[in-house]
This record gives sequence, C-alpha cells and structure tokens, in this order.
Amino acid sequence: MDKDGQISLGEAMVNPELAAAHGLTPDEYAKIVKLLGREPNYTELGVFSVMWSEHCSYKSSRHYLKRLPTEGPQVLQGPGENAGVVDIGNGLAVAFKMESHNHPSFIEPYQGAATGVGGILRDIFTMGARPIASLNSLRFGAIDHPRTGYLLSGVVAGIGGYGNCIGVPTVGGECYFDECYNGNILVNAFTLGITTHQRIFTGIASGVGNPVIYVGSKTGRDGIHGATMASESFSEEKEQRRPTVQVGDPFTEKLLLEACLELMQRDFLIGIQDMGAAGLTSSSSEMAGRGGVGIELDLSSVPLRETGMTPYEILLSESQERMLLVARKGTEVEIKRIFEKWDLDAVVVGRVTDDGQLRALFGGVEVANVPVAALTKEAPVYQRSCARPANQDQLQHLDLAAIAEPKNLGDVLISLLASPNIASKEWIFRQYDHFVRSNTVVAPGADAAVIRLKGTEKGLALTVDGNSRYCYLDPYVGGVIAVAEAARNLACVGARPIGLTDCLNFGSPENSAVMWQFAEVVNGMRDACIALNVPVVSGNVSFYNDTDGTPVKPTPTVGMVGVIDTLARVVTPWFKSAGDLIVLLGRTREELGGSEYLKFVHGQTLGTPPWIDLKIERAVQECCREAIQRGLLRSAHDVSDGGMAVALAECCLGGPDKPLGVRVESHEMIRSDALLFSESQSRIIVSLAENYLAELREIATRLKVPLQVIGSVGGNRLIIQPLLRLPVEDLFAAWAGGLTDRLK
Amino acid sequence: MRWGVIVFPGSCDEQDVFDCLSQDGAHTVEFLWHKDALESGYDCLVLPGGFSYGDYLRCGAMARFSPVMGGVIEFARSGGLVVGICNGFQILCETGLLPGALVRNAGLKFVCRQVFLRVEESDTPFTGQTKKGQLLKIPVKHGEGCYYADAETLEQLRSNRQILLRYVDAKGKPTPSANPNGSLDNIAGICNESRNVIGLMPHPEDACDIILGSDDGLKIFASVAAACAQKDARHG
Repeated sequence: MDKDGQISLGEAMVNPELAAAHGLTPDEYAKIVKLLGREPNYTELGVFSVMWSEHCSYKSSRHYLKRLPTEGPQVLQGPGENAGVVDIGNGLAVAFKMESHNHPSFIEPYQGAATGVGGILRDIFTMGARPIASLNSLRFGAIDHPRTGYLLSGVVAGIGGYGNCIGVPTVGGECYFDECYNGNILVNAFTLGITTHQRIFTGIASGVGNPVIYVGSKTGRDGIHGATMASESFSEEKEQRRPTVQVGDPFTEKLLLEACLELMQRDFLIGIQDMGAAGLTSSSSEMAGRGGVGIELDLSSVPLRETGMTPYEILLSESQERMLLVARKGTEVEIKRIFEKWDLDAVVVGRVTDDGQLRALFGGVEVANVPVAALTKEAPVYQRSCARPANQDQLQHLDLAAIAEPKNLGDVLISLLASPNIASKEWIFRQYDHFVRSNTVVAPGADAAVIRLKGTEKGLALTVDGNSRYCYLDPYVGGVIAVAEAARNLACVGARPIGLTDCLNFGSPENSAVMWQFAEVVNGMRDACIALNVPVVSGNVSFYNDTDGTPVKPTPTVGMVGVIDTLARVVTPWFKSAGDLIVLLGRTREELGGSEYLKFVHGQTLGTPPWIDLKIERAVQECCREAIQRGLLRSAHDVSDGGMAVALAECCLGGPDKPLGVRVESHEMIRSDALLFSESQSRIIVSLAENYLAELREIATRLKVPLQVIGSVGGNRLIIQPLLRLPVEDLFAAWAGGLTDRLK
Repeated sequence: MRWGVIVFPGSCDEQDVFDCLSQDGAHTVEFLWHKDALESGYDCLVLPGGFSYGDYLRCGAMARFSPVMGGVIEFARSGGLVVGICNGFQILCETGLLPGALVRNAGLKFVCRQVFLRVEESDTPFTGQTKKGQLLKIPVKHGEGCYYADAETLEQLRSNRQILLRYVDAKGKPTPSANPNGSLDNIAGICNESRNVIGLMPHPEDACDIILGSDDGLKIFASVAAACAQKDARHG
C-alpha cells in the first residue's frame, strides 16, 4: 500500500502502444475494447495478451486443425482437453499428448527441456492417468555449428534430469540435425499415462459456489509472458530473455503427481487443470469456459514465493508444478489433508460464479473483470493468407543424371552410418531411465518402444516420427509420410495403431509461404489418418520457429500409440540367428529426392520426396502385423532414412548381442546408389525361419503386398551383391561412434 | 514372509519392488510411509530407488532423517534384514549402516544400461540362492553410483568378504569398461560386517521377467525369502 492507503498495483497507462508491446495488433486491441465496452486496465491487458497469444488461442491454426479426423469408437476424449484419452480394452484407457518447448530450450537448454517434460507430465496426470512412458522428438542445428553440442547436452540432461527424477521412463525418441535449426531448435515431449474408464478427469468448472483450489508450488515471477514469447519469432535479442524461462522442480512435481492421483481416488473433484502456459489466467478461464460459468479469484490468497508481486504478475506467472482444482463444496478440509501429507500447499483461491466473468480481487479491490467468453470463444481466429512459394518448383527439380554414382559404395555406406542423423543415438538414451516402472519390453533404439500392461496379455507400442526434408520439398506428401511412417513403426512390433498426437512446428503464420506449408501438411496428415484409420486425439501447434525472418523447415512430429494383442509375439528390428531368411516387403524404386544420402553425400536437399500410395502402405503394415501376431517373424524393421543399405546395417548392428552379418542380392534395374539408399516408402525388412516362408507368402499374396526373398542372415560381413561387401565390425565402429566422435 | 517397502517423498521404484515381490503371491508386501514410526513384525525392509527429497542435497542426506529411519536403524542393529537399492543404498551409507559413499559417476552423466554382475560371496542372506562367481544381468540407472571408500575401509571390506557384487563384462571379468560409474574395485553391492544389510546400485526389481530382458533380479529376493524361511524353521 502507498501512503494514501491506496493499493499500488504498479499499473502502467493502457494505450495501443502498450498493447502492441504485449504482442496485440491494433485490430485485436480494438476488439478487446469492443468486447469490454471500455479500455482494459493493465492487468486485463496482460490477461488478454496471453489468452489471445498464438500459443494459447491457436488463432492461426484452428481453421485447419478442424480438418483432422478426431473420432473413432476407441476415442474417449478427443482434442480440446489437457490430453486425449483412448480405450485399450480390459477397462483401461491411455491418455497421451505431445507438446513443444522450443524457444525456452534454445534460450536455456537444461531448464527449457526439463520444464517441457514437466508440462507434458502434468497434462497427463491432470486427466487422472498415471504417466508410464515418455518419448521425445528433438531437432538441432548442424552438428558442427558451435552451439549444437551445448544445446544437445543441455536438452538431453534436462529431459533426463526431470524424467528420471519423477520416475517416468523415457522409452524412445528421435533426434535429427539440420542447419535450418541452427537458431531455433525443436524440443517436443510426449507422455502417455494409464487410467481406468471410471477415473478420467477433465478441466471443467461447474456448480456455482464450488471452491477453486490452488495446489502445488508457490507462485514466483518466473515465466511471465512465456506464452507470448512462444508466439514471436526469434532474434538475437530474444536470447536475452532467459528470465522468461521457468525453472523446473521435478521433486515437487513428483509430490504433486502422487497427491493428485491420491485425491482422484476420492469423489471430491469436479475438474482439474494444469497451470501451464499463461498460468492461473489460462487454467481458470479455460475451466470456466468449458463449464459455461464464471470464476472469481482472490489473488491475495495465492501462495507466493516472492514479496511485492502485483496482480498482473500473479495472474501471468508460469511458475511450474501448480494445478488448479474445482472441488465439491465441503471437501476442502479433506483435500487439504491429502496435500499436507505430501507437504504441498492447497489453498482455496476462489469460487465458481454464475455470471460468466473472470473476476480477480486483490486486497479486496477488483483488479480484473473480463467475460470468460472474450478470453476463450471470442479469441480471434485468422484465416491467414497462403501462397505456394515461387521457388517450390525449383526445389522440386532434381537432375539425377547430373549426379554421378559413387564408385566406392562401401565407403558411402560407412560415412552414412557415421552421419549424425543415422548414427546410433545411444549417447542420448543412456542418460534416460528407461527401466523404471519395470514395464519396458523394447527399449530405445528400435522402430517403436514397447511396454507391457501388467496384469494383461497385452502391450503398448509408442513412436514419434517426422521428416522435415520431405515436408520442405512437398508438404502434402511430407504430412502423409509422417503419419504413415509412424504407423509403420508400430506395425514393425506387431501393434495396431489406436490414436495419434502431434506437434506441428512451423515458422511464422504471418508468412504466407509458411501458412501454405502448414495447410498442406495438415491435409496430408488428414488423408493418411483416414486411410490408416488413426484418429488425432490431442496435439500442439508451435508457430514462429524462425530466426531473423528465416523459418525452420516445416516439421510436423507425430506421436502414435498402438496396442499389441499378444505381447509374447513382439519382435525387435535386429536379426536374431544365422540361417534366417531376409525378406523385403514392398518395392524399391529410384527415389533419391529429399533423401539422407542426397543431403549428406551430395549436399543437396532437392527433388520430390518418395511416392506413397496409402492403399499399399496399409497392406504392407497389415501384412507385417499379421505375420508378427501369428508368430512367423524373428525381426522387422522399417526402411527409412538412408534406405535399404542403412536399414540392413541397422538390423545387423542394433541388437544387444554381437553384430550379425548378412548376404543379400538385389536385381532391381535401377541406379546402384538408388538401390542402396533410395527412401521408397512402404517397405519393411523382416527375417524369419525358412519353414515359415510359405505362410508369410500366403499373407502377402492375400493382401497384394510385393514380397521378395533377398538373402539370409549369417557370417561376419554385410554383403549386398554385387555392390558392396563390408566387415560388420567396421560398420559397427562407424555407427556406434558416429555421434560421440563429432561431439568431442 | 512379510516385506516392508519404505516410501520416501521422491521414491520412484517402490511400485516396481512391490510388484516384483508380489508377483508369485507367496509374500505379504506393505508400503511404509516415511513419516510413520516403524512397526514390528517385518522380516525384511527394502529402501527403494528414486530421488528422495529430489536429491537436491547429497543423495540420501535428507531421507536419513525421516521419522521411519530411527526404527530402520534399530531393526538393522538387532539383526533384521535390510536391502537398499540405488537411492536406498545411498541412504544406508548416510546412516552409517554401510561404510563408504556413492559419488557422482565418473562419466559425470546419468547412466542407464543393462550390466553384468558377478556374485562374489554366496554365504549371505541376499545371495544364498546364487553361486559364487555366477553372473547376473541386472540394469543400473543412476547419476551418483560411483562407490568410494578410503583405503582402510576398502581393505576391511575385502578382508571381511563384504563385497557381494562386482560389475563385470559378459565373460565375468571386472574390466574398466564393464564398470558403468567408476566405482572403486568395480563394486556394485556390499553388505555390513554382520551381513544382514545390503546396499546395491543395480535394480533387481527391474530384472524380474524374461520379457524385460532378464529375471536374474529375482534371485536376490528369492535368497532373502529362503534365508527368512530357514530362520523361521530354526526358531520355530
């Protein structure tokens, strides 16, 4: 209080300039004035700016996201909640979602990545599900860029630091390097949790007079305007924005997780929501919005970590490890008791009202009074202009005749195996606990991770996938392939896909070329989802991934979950025993456009990505899945980056035991480098004992899947007749050390 | 037999231990909350892995002062069987029930991988169902698992045959590359002088089913169960 007894709120004069400094356009500011029927005060301006930020409002993407299929008999909760929820049988359900934490991770890699993991974990246990597995999808700049090593080490340590401490296994992921991410890395975190059909919670407020309860960590000044920062492009000056990155406390989150799950065993809750981006503001207004009610908050009762915080700061803080509950009246004491057991704050900070307003009081004085609908339903929606870039034709033009076939294909394979995008990622996943919860059947390094479901015969398969080069050259096809490859990864362990989540990482939506990419990628994903029968149940859009005006390559990452009916039949990608036959499902064509080979060996990202026919894709996946579930196969591995030669090498090298050799022959009448490194879609390399071949053929014939016996497992060389012949230990040395050698 | 699994704030592996011990249905397994005093009647107490109190201070330094620990120390001093796994091992070192300390991994990074352990002594309640020299495949996952003790303590551990498990390669040799964290003498697990308290960094509860890659961890728990059954028979 100041000397006149007035509460000093640290208010600045609100005018269009201040609105612009909050990232609001003149039109948006005018819309606020119209919705309120007056000028907003400083606190209200802050509230609007975060709720109308791209990060919270999806104002540029919403129009397109409606195109994605979100329904299916198994879907218990589609997009719009903290996470999607899908039925997996046995009365069980899984909640999963993926989220980006790109900008914070670039500014402060350890904390940025750690709080990304913390945020996605909260999204899952908010739904009533215990998190049981995490994955991540990472993109860094060129491996030899001076910041890459620092960012990679920090991000990996941050993901491990948070996930390991909270006791959720990180069972898989992917990591790619490309110079387009030099100034804007991507950190996408996925978590899956498990619950029963009876225990699914949502972020809704209802019942006038019900208490609004704040639980978890105290509120500090960290992360104010984090959501706004995530909705702007990067420039040199942004790197100075370290204070907008939150600091993670996995120990407190672990307590919060256990306390919330304990609370959810009781019948006390109406709704619950994580205080993530835009903190108390978004959690209260979104919950009120979903329930069609109002919420009144008394900011003076919010537990604070620092003195002198203003209402503006309290409403906008993004301090981590906090949740907002709406509970049944009369249960407050019992709720408090549960949180006390876990040494956490649980404080009534407000109540549900019937007037549809978000009203905030501070020291008895009203500091904000805004219609909830104005923050949620009435938030702007833009149909931004889309335009195919003029240079797209040029990008798609690839003159293969001008590219000489390398003389020594063996050397090319060795160098590809040692290249950062293909080399073993063991250095990364060694730092993640993938054993905790004792469910991990297939650990990181395979096409998909597999976890068991204790007490059932079933398993779950999980994967994340995305190829930004394909999306850059043809965003529609890239979108199709992102979904198709994720589903193929699941088929390789014998799983049937049940749902997907995505992180759509793009440049600025104000750039018409970026919006064209976005629209095309979404269209491609939609068509693949429909063809492969996988609904989108949750997701996240991250725009403004550009540095000084240059966007990153369009990078949708797809997280997909599948069910394995008979876990005992699951297979891994690597060859198991000498004498087994090697079979290629699918067909290799001369498709080097957008390939890892073309990029790494010839330094070009040109051409059109590989052709894909979704009918064939579906048949190949069905064939592999059926063969695994009938117990015919010993291994299955998707052919992707680096083509067949790399896939075969991975089958030889990736297993936990001594590398095995192979001898294969191929007689496709195409260029030798295309035969080895073409990234033709819808291909899976499987191995099996000879006596099962007839049965596999029968399945393939029925499903009209091309099948070719290409060789057999054995020896200590990788031999691809007549093109190359290499000792497996040389391949292993290149592949195993490829990443770490470059990080030294 | 009756097992007690102690739950500290920040414990992560208590459910894994619980599930592993309950899987054959022959045992009673109970969680014990760290704020409660220890009741009597347990045959073996397990201090599970995790990050008690976040391990923001030295690992185990806070948990050592939890209310339950007074009872645990008394239980151990009177001959009760105590198993400390990972963070549990760190806590037992902090209490002084086990000698030495666990410090930051030599590689300075968290390490998660399957390792081979060689059983060095089979005449303890924790290894009675194994043979000396037998290899066990059990995963490690920790950031601070490098066992350290001064030269005198180390000599005592050796002469009293308190080193129960060593990190070895697939051929059973305690090589530097088989050692995931730089532990002195490749030490993965030790017991106290009276041989009723064990601390080990690897997680036997995560090697509990062949579908997870190994079920060798069950041998440790089966040894404890057998030792208890023998004790009951003697006293019965």
